Amino acid sequence: MNPMSDFSASIPLAYPELLLVVFALSAAMIGAWFKDKAFHALSILGVAAIAGAGVLAMYGPFAPVEIFQGAMVVDGVAVFSKVLIAFAAAATLALGADHFGRVNDKRFEYPVLVTLAVLGMFVMVSAQDLITLYVGVELQSLSAYVLAAWRRDDPHSSEAGLKYFVLSAISSGLLLFGSSFVYGFTGSIRFDAIAAAVNEGAGGVGLLFGLVLMLCALGFKMSAAPFHMWTPDVYEGAPTPVTAFFAAAPKIAAVALMARVLYEPFAAMEAQWQQVVMALSAISMVWGSIAALQQTNLKRLMAYSSIGNIGFALMGLAAGGDEGAASALIYMALYLPTNIGIFALILAMRREGEPAETVADLAGMAQKRPFMAALFTMLLFSIAGIPPFAGFIGKLLVFSAAVDGGLIWLAVLGGVAAVVAAAYYLRLIASIWFAPPAVQLQAPSGTIMVTATAAAVLSFPILVLMLGAVERWVDAAVRMSF
Amino acid sequence: MSEIVAGWPILSILTFLPAAGAVLILLSRMSARGLNPGYDNGVKLLTLFFTIATFVVSLFAFAAFDPANPAFQLTENIPWAFGASYAMGVDTLAMSLVMLTTFLTPLCILASWVIEKQVSSYMVLFLLLETLMIGVFCAQDIILFYIFFEGGLIPMFILIGVWGGERRVYAAFKFFLYTLLGSLLMLVAIVAMVSMARAAGIENPFSIPALTEFAQSGGFSPDIQIWLWLAFFASFAVKMPMWPVHTWLPDAHVEAPTAASVVLAAILLKMGGYGFLRFSLPMFPDASHFFTPFVFALSVIAIVWASLVAFRQLDMKKLIAYSSVAHMGFVTMGIFSGNEQGIQGAIFQMLSHGIISGALFLCVGVVYDRMHTREIAFYGGLVNRMPVYAAIFLLFTMGNVGLPGTSGFPGEILTMVGAFQVNAWVAAGAALGVILSAAYALTLYRKVAFGVIENPNLDGITDLDTREWVMFVPLVVATLVMGLAPGYVLDFTQNSAEAISAAFLGARP
Repeated sequence: MNPMSDFSASIPLAYPELLLVVFALSAAMIGAWFKDKAFHALSILGVAAIAGAGVLAMYGPFAPVEIFQGAMVVDGVAVFSKVLIAFAAAATLALGADHFGRVNDKRFEYPVLVTLAVLGMFVMVSAQDLITLYVGVELQSLSAYVLAAWRRDDPHSSEAGLKYFVLSAISSGLLLFGSSFVYGFTGSIRFDAIAAAVNEGAGGVGLLFGLVLMLCALGFKMSAAPFHMWTPDVYEGAPTPVTAFFAAAPKIAAVALMARVLYEPFAAMEAQWQQVVMALSAISMVWGSIAALQQTNLKRLMAYSSIGNIGFALMGLAAGGDEGAASALIYMALYLPTNIGIFALILAMRREGEPAETVADLAGMAQKRPFMAALFTMLLFSIAGIPPFAGFIGKLLVFSAAVDGGLIWLAVLGGVAAVVAAAYYLRLIASIWFAPPAVQLQAPSGTIMVTATAAAVLSFPILVLMLGAVERWVDAAVRMSF
Repeated sequence: MSEIVAGWPILSILTFLPAAGAVLILLSRMSARGLNPGYDNGVKLLTLFFTIATFVVSLFAFAAFDPANPAFQLTENIPWAFGASYAMGVDTLAMSLVMLTTFLTPLCILASWVIEKQVSSYMVLFLLLETLMIGVFCAQDIILFYIFFEGGLIPMFILIGVWGGERRVYAAFKFFLYTLLGSLLMLVAIVAMVSMARAAGIENPFSIPALTEFAQSGGFSPDIQIWLWLAFFASFAVKMPMWPVHTWLPDAHVEAPTAASVVLAAILLKMGGYGFLRFSLPMFPDASHFFTPFVFALSVIAIVWASLVAFRQLDMKKLIAYSSVAHMGFVTMGIFSGNEQGIQGAIFQMLSHGIISGALFLCVGVVYDRMHTREIAFYGGLVNRMPVYAAIFLLFTMGNVGLPGTSGFPGEILTMVGAFQVNAWVAAGAALGVILSAAYALTLYRKVAFGVIENPNLDGITDLDTREWVMFVPLVVATLVMGLAPGYVLDFTQNSAEAISAAFLGARP
């Protein structure tokens, strides 16, 4: 196909990305003109633009269609991930706008940066060659560094941003270094060409070296142990709405990207990458559970919780096959709303205008704010994987995939890790219910309560009822993509 | 009567009626602006109404149920996701335990009348707990079973932790984490079973009847059965609880509020026995044979050891908790003797223990509500001030000992008869436990009820009030009826016992 007709054929399939680009650029212009007065309007428009991009993405085809001369692809996995990313990002942007509005930290760059990060994630999950992959990852990361350092005058926040930047830059270096090996040993940057070369037996140790380096870099981006060191500090130092954003959308993007890298170019090397992914999964689950036991800061605790949860999602990927990829994606889909809901409630915990974010601050919530306490309890039991909540179903599916893939030991290890993890979630629930009321928390804002309620409703009745539909959707997406 | 409910999803109504009550209370709590003084009482009455309504619905289900038919009845089946389905159905084993649950819950609510702290939360959790307990026995899909089985931990955790005694937080954690570890191992085993059944081309691999059929046609090789059996055992042995994983029980019991103790002893412990009967024996018969000596040894140790420990307790609830461990030893012994008498005896003992231990915890609750201590040494001579209470307490003490004429007797004797046919030494060890149970139970009774009142605090203690009368009368009647005419229950559960025993004995090497 000649370049021009390819370009015009690609445009309709890239509407979601184009919407984000148009919004981000025009919002930057508007912001430059009106300064921070535009914060509220831009935030609302940003939520609309990101949600709109999600809706547009939903109309994409499930059968793979390459666009922009094979640099990107629209397929079931990309569609599914984009929808999740968009809704997670829109929810966290709304929470953030609400929060920064109340603490009077209205800077118009916030919605712009979030939109650019979302654009980066959209590119990541659609990547069809190594360059697009790198550009997507970097666009998302660069926006994230700035967001992490959002409170410039707060040393914790600046430290978080700097630490994130330096460590992430190293991992980007690893990603490039690994990609160069892959290119060198297969002769192409395109995923389909790499897959063909791998099938013909190209590579050997050099290719394996490249693959492992790439997996390490991706492990860093999704904060899988042992590449997780930045996570607790960044989660704690960044403003809470930014942490909520980090904990939600980028995770699904990273898992989807990992799935694509493993299942498309390197499908034939399953025996090799399976060991790496298994190790990442096992270490993340174990370390995510054990290290969290001693945390008292809720955001640090949620950082370790996210490490553990990534471990469970990786268990699905390690299992291999369509079932494995589908279980990992469903796991993330079920994990997202719960996680956003918990962060919304952490955001709601304020006392005399200051954030209250330790386990002790939860004390006695059941008596002071019973409705909030009920939501918190539901979400925590969900993330702990206790039935009948959504988190349990996610764990069931990845266990199922692992057992079908012959990784029974990993499933058993996951079961034990889940018990250890339950211990620290229970500590929060115990503080909410069993401890006498300690501090008087401020009343939460409407946006927060709506988000948290929606998350709780999604984690129990709705998802349980609609699970069949979600499962069919993801199955079709994965089957037609890989 | 059975025509009335024909075509109704009676088991779903039964299961979710208490949950509907919970939702109603939640809505009322959210719409209440500033609570008026009568609100808590209203919530209690509403809860009582819903639990009694559930009992009435269970009577309808009972009437529609045909005990002569060995198959699962009153079935419902709605496909869900990933091959699992919302499948409900009961056989005689499940039906009898459902009846026990719906019968005891209203009494628990009556016993909870003294609760004054966060009443609406308490009642909501209790109603949710009832839904989950009924669901466990009605579920016919293995994932659905697991959801109900495991979900019960949530309300129980909060009930113990908020309304319990001094060391309640420790007890709640111990209860939750112990049971969760066992259950997650079972979950992995469930996943493995389903995976194997699916690979063998079974159409609905999540259905319990289909899995049972698959297992009995040799679907799981003896080697695999060993591992699956152990994983299920990890869960059920903790739930039961068997020695040596019983240590959560005394802690949880002592710290739990009275009604939660009743539910714990009377119903939650039965899930372990139900699990053995529903899964371990019919699905892994070879492994069950292999492990029979092991289970027998643990059972006899539990019976003798727990009885001896009970003898030395200073706290009334702790004593009854250890006696529960001993009585559950009879249940496991009966189940794994594998013959019809043993299994019949085990089922009977589960039902009887549900009533008697529940009643004993209520008896402790009566004096605890008045004096706020459970220390045995505090009491003495209660018969002088509380003659009716003393009489009722005596009846249940005798039931606990296994006196003929009370419901405690048929279960114990049948499990021993069953075990005797397999291993006379085990039966002899268990018989020793019967003697010991008389020793500790009668000692407790003597110390609490007999003699003269020496503690001046007890001078003003009052006998049962109307609420407590209402609470005890059904239990007294049930104990006597089951003791004097055990045939009603035994005939009812016979076909389940036959089927399980046949599956187990059929695999005898």
